Amino acid sequence: MINDTQTIAIIAVMALVTFALRVLPFLIFSDRKTPPYIVFLGQYLPSAIMGMLVIYCLKGVTFVAAPHGIPEAIAVLLVIILHVWKRNTLLSIISGTASYMLLLRFIG
Amino acid sequence: MNTNLLKNAIKTTLPVMAGYIVLGIGFGILLEVNGYGVWWSLAMSVFVYAGAMQYVGVALITSGASLISVALTTLMVNARHLFYGITMIDRYKGAGWKKLLLMHTLTDESYSLICSNKAPENSEPHQYYLLISLCDMLYWVIGCVLGSLIGSAITFDLTGIDFSMTALYVIIFVEQWLTTDDHRPALIGLGASVLCLLIFGPKNFLIPAMFLIIILLTAMRKRLENWRPYND
Repeated sequence: MINDTQTIAIIAVMALVTFALRVLPFLIFSDRKTPPYIVFLGQYLPSAIMGMLVIYCLKGVTFVAAPHGIPEAIAVLLVIILHVWKRNTLLSIISGTASYMLLLRFIG
Repeated sequence: MNTNLLKNAIKTTLPVMAGYIVLGIGFGILLEVNGYGVWWSLAMSVFVYAGAMQYVGVALITSGASLISVALTTLMVNARHLFYGITMIDRYKGAGWKKLLLMHTLTDESYSLICSNKAPENSEPHQYYLLISLCDMLYWVIGCVLGSLIGSAITFDLTGIDFSMTALYVIIFVEQWLTTDDHRPALIGLGASVLCLLIFGPKNFLIPAMFLIIILLTAMRKRLENWRPYND
């Protein structure tokens, strides 16, 4: 096990790099008027990134081995249907997560 | 402090609460198991405040990784935050002292909530965004600390509860789909990510996917900006 100073150094580096990544875009465009291209990205990136985050969450799903992604597929489908129908975020999340946990135990 | 605004922020962040607390507890337990107590957990959750990175961080600490490799790993795992910043430049403009906190607390989940929720009328948007971000952070810190303190006492099986995060993104995706006419950006996001996942595999697909998304959106910029749902 490394000593406390080394551990603090590792945490500090993680914190600094993470903060730098979060701050950098703001530093680059701080004083100037935001260029139209960045405004364009600000408008169109979010919906694309949300699609990316969905895939990011599901990246570990394997279709070739049991349970072939079936729990994920059913739970995601349930969330979509429930949300289009009721438009209630909490209801959709709780039902989706609960059914996913149950599915994992029955067919996982 | 406007209590109604705080109530609104708590209600908005409720979906993140369960996920953050549970994932935070998971992190606290992991750290505890490796011989690092509650103060380490608190320090990492406050100063690093990045879910996936903190989990990776435990491995870096226990293996005594070099600072260079810590920096590079952090760069890879958290590169996506650059893109969140780009989206928020206009929104966070003029936030004053709040901006520092708003930037530090820009996680996947806070980003998603702030993108998909308009500040209530008659409220100061930056204050609303900050309340959302701080609520999220509070849930996360509470989770991490709880994990360190009571982690070993949890005996029931929570496998699968992290699906609440997946559900949150699916819901925001659906919500955006239902409230916009132009679905091409959403489809680009899905398609580019699936394609890169197939090509680069689950560990490495995120950064190529982001570049592909930016390239495709940029290539389609004219058509996206000129698009009208109906010929008016």
